This record gives sequence, structure tokens and C-alpha cells, in this order.
Amino acid sequence: MNRAQVERLAPWITALIFLMLWWLVVKIFHIENFVLPSPIEAFTALYNFRYPLMIHGLATLGTTLAGFAFAVFFGLVLGILVGSFRLVYSSLYPLLIGFNSVPKAALVPVLVIWFGVGTIPAIITAFLLSFFPVVVNVATGFATIEPELLDVLRVLGATRRDMIVKIGIPRSLPYFFASLKIAITLSFVGTVIAEIIAGNNGIGNVMLIASSNFNVPLVFAALIVVGVMGVGMYAIFALLETRFTGWSVRGGGLEHAVGG
Amino acid sequence: MNFIEIADIDLIYGDRSGVDKGTATLALSKAHLSVGRNEFIALVGPSGCGKSTLLKLVSGLVKSSQGSVRVGGEEVTKPLKNVGMAFQNATLLPWRNIRDNVLLPLEIVEPYRSEPKSELKRARADELLGTVGLLEFGDRMPWQLSGGMQQRAQLCRALIHSPSILLLDEPFAALDAFTREELWGVLQSLWMHRKCTVILVTHELREAVFLSETVHIMCARPGRVIASRPIPLPRPRTLDMTFQADFVDLVHECRHHISLGKTL
Repeated sequence: MNRAQVERLAPWITALIFLMLWWLVVKIFHIENFVLPSPIEAFTALYNFRYPLMIHGLATLGTTLAGFAFAVFFGLVLGILVGSFRLVYSSLYPLLIGFNSVPKAALVPVLVIWFGVGTIPAIITAFLLSFFPVVVNVATGFATIEPELLDVLRVLGATRRDMIVKIGIPRSLPYFFASLKIAITLSFVGTVIAEIIAGNNGIGNVMLIASSNFNVPLVFAALIVVGVMGVGMYAIFALLETRFTGWSVRGGGLEHAVGG
Repeated sequence: MNFIEIADIDLIYGDRSGVDKGTATLALSKAHLSVGRNEFIALVGPSGCGKSTLLKLVSGLVKSSQGSVRVGGEEVTKPLKNVGMAFQNATLLPWRNIRDNVLLPLEIVEPYRSEPKSELKRARADELLGTVGLLEFGDRMPWQLSGGMQQRAQLCRALIHSPSILLLDEPFAALDAFTREELWGVLQSLWMHRKCTVILVTHELREAVFLSETVHIMCARPGRVIASRPIPLPRPRTLDMTFQADFVDLVHECRHHISLGKTL
């Protein structure tokens, strides 16, 4: 097997090893299935409840993507503003950081008071959790533009819009795509938290009901569904990243650069 | 009156009124400089003497605390338009190939800006790249080029829009000696063929004497021009000339001025 094949197989092998360890721990310590079900029981539950899990999984995916879309849009706009205007940076950044320090789970009951139980609080929670990394990364892309480059443009008579469009946005694209990979996973976390606390559908709701019935294998089956959706979305954005910002990746990364 | 006229410039860096009062430094004091139209001058001096600051004053990127900066008879109050600049780092855009990097100014400077992206512009970039020996490299990405080639590309970007002023801030400082001397020749022929006013900031005296019509020597703390030495050597100058007595004498004379400046 050559190196590329090994690299392609590696994540599957790791996942398999992880499942085997999980199974071993359950068997060796005789753990009851309402405490920790074995992976076989979890996958059995996944199969038995495949239709409700699919329906609720898709609901969670939709909610997550809606929150994520808002996060990307507002994160991008705010990131560009924070990164290119000093005044916006100094006036808004402390507020943003303070806001991000608030535990979002604690906000869900408030959101329910405002918007009622259902999808809207979940979308907002997903948005709140995931938009901060987008802002910070895009702003970083803008803030780290070489000052000489801006001088070159300024003495050509470039407007601020020129600098944002010609330099700022392309320059911050790698940062932006890196943040999308973080944001999409955080978005799932936000959705599921809101669904557990105050949902009437979605994977989080399934988990809440399953755990109150001591159907722990189903809880784990639901966790597997979220995990797989997260990895899937991550992979999509990783693909988009290499597609759009190939210029920022010269070779095979640090390992290849050093190890040859 | 000269094309560029800098008179009685004082420039203070840092905050003079706020909390950081202690950080204020006098970067330039009573600085004078005049440059004729289409003249090639060099600014030399010890590091920290305000060479780069003087360059930024000419372009309008920084404002002086006192004194006047005139370009073409007009007071400079905001960044000039249509100036070419090049630095020690090539600062090419890594997401554009070399040709598109060179074409960047044409997307910003009028009248080219309003014109559509055309074969004409492309040909213009290729012609310029050809004069610096980069014709086949237009489609390459910046990181695929050596440091010297990136600097050639940067010079092309600084000249594509035919600026009346070209400002060079130690453009060859990061290159090895052979590449640097090769690029002296490239820059000289660029200047001889497309006349424009060039201000070259450098700490390399041989470079200054080789390239310029006048070498202006600056001293540090506070920075100002203490001597101006016309270089009467014929053009085009060759690397062989740098080993001849008159060239070496000029370099020595400049060095003498710099050491005088240190003891002032």
C-alpha cells in the first residue's frame, strides 16, 4: 500500500479501533446498557429507529444549516467591518467578546419566552454559537494585510472599496473557510442544545425523550447521527476550501515540507 | 522650480499630546530635498535616519508636522494618485498569477480602470514582463518564482501604469549580491527607456552611485539631508565601471559624508 492509500484508510481504521475499544470496555467491566450501551446495541437502535432518526436528523440538519447561514452572512459582514475600520473594531470588539462569553445554553429559556418552543430558538442558538469564529477569522484576515501592500494601493488612488474587494476579501478567504469548518460543527452543538432544552422535534428532542425512557442505546444512536452529519458537513467545507483557496496551500502541509 | 520640492520639513512620530508623550520622536528636522523631473536620485544614510519617511512624505502617505512638500508645483495634502512603489518584500498577491499581479494598478488607476480587461492590457503586461526577462512566467504563481524574479515582477507592477514618480524602498536589500547587481542593470534600462522620476532608498552605497544621478546623504536623529553628490558617470553604466577608480572614489566620498554625519 502506498502512502496515499494509507492516508485515505487511516480515519476509518481509527474509527474502527475506537468502536472496538468502546465494545471491549463495555464487555470487560460488564457495564449495563442503560449506563453505556455497547456499540452493537447503539447501531442496533440506529437501525430499529432509522425512520424517526432520519426525519429528526433532517430536521436538525435544516435548523443547523439555517443558523449556520445566518452566522456566515452576519459573520462575514461584521468581520469585514471589524477588520477594515479601526473605529468599528475598538467600539464593537469588547462587546462581541463579552457576548461570546455568555453560555448560550442559558439563553435558550429566554429565547423560548420570546419566540416560543420550536425551531426558531434552535436556529438562533446555532447562529449565536457559530458566528463568532467567522467574525474573528475574517477580521484576522483583514488585519494581517501587509501595510506595504496597502501603501502600494493607496498611492494608486485606490478607494477603501478597492482595497476590500481586491485585497481584503481574497486575502481573508483561507481564514474564512477555516472558520466555516469550526462554525458548522458549533452550529450542530447549538441546535442540539436548544432541541434538548426546548424543542418539539429534532435529534436533541429524540435524545431527551429516549433518555427519560432510559432508552440509552437510542441516545447513543442519536449521537452517532449528529456526529456523522457533523463530519459530513465538515468534509463538504473542507472540499470547498481546497477548491477556492488552493493558492494558500503550496504543498502537502508542514509534514511534507519538513519531512520531504 | 524642481518637480519634487521638500522644504523645511519637521516630522514627529508618536503622540505629542496624549498619554504616550514619551514615545514622540523627531524623525525629520529641517529636511530639504529637491528632485528634477525624470531625475533618478538615491537617498542613503544609516538605518533610522528617516529615508523611508521622506519617501512616504513625497507620496503623501504621511503628513509632515511642519514645512512643505510640493510635487509638480502643487502642495501634497493627501496620497498622490498614479505613483509606483516597490519594497524590500515583493508583496505580490499570492492568489494571482504574475501577469494579473502586474495588471493590478490598471484596475485602479484612471483612465485604465474604466477600460475593459482586454488583450491590449494583457499585451502591455507581457511587454513589460519581457523587458525584465519574465515573459514566460506570466502564468506562474508568485511562490513559484525566486526572490529576484519576484522583485522583477514587483518593478513591473510599479511601472505598468506609467507613473510619473517611482518610489523604491530598499527593493533589492533582501537579495544576494549577484542577483542584486543584475537587477541594477534591469532597473537602469527600465528608467532609461520609460523616463520617470525615481527616488531610491538604499543603504548600499555602490547601488546608489551605480543607479542615480544624484546621491543625497542623510544623517540620523533627527534625520535630514547633509550632502548631495551629483554622479556624472555616463549611461548606460556597466558593472565593470563599478571597479574603476572614479566610481570607487564616488563611493568613498559618500561613505565619508555618512561618517561625518554620525559625528555631528
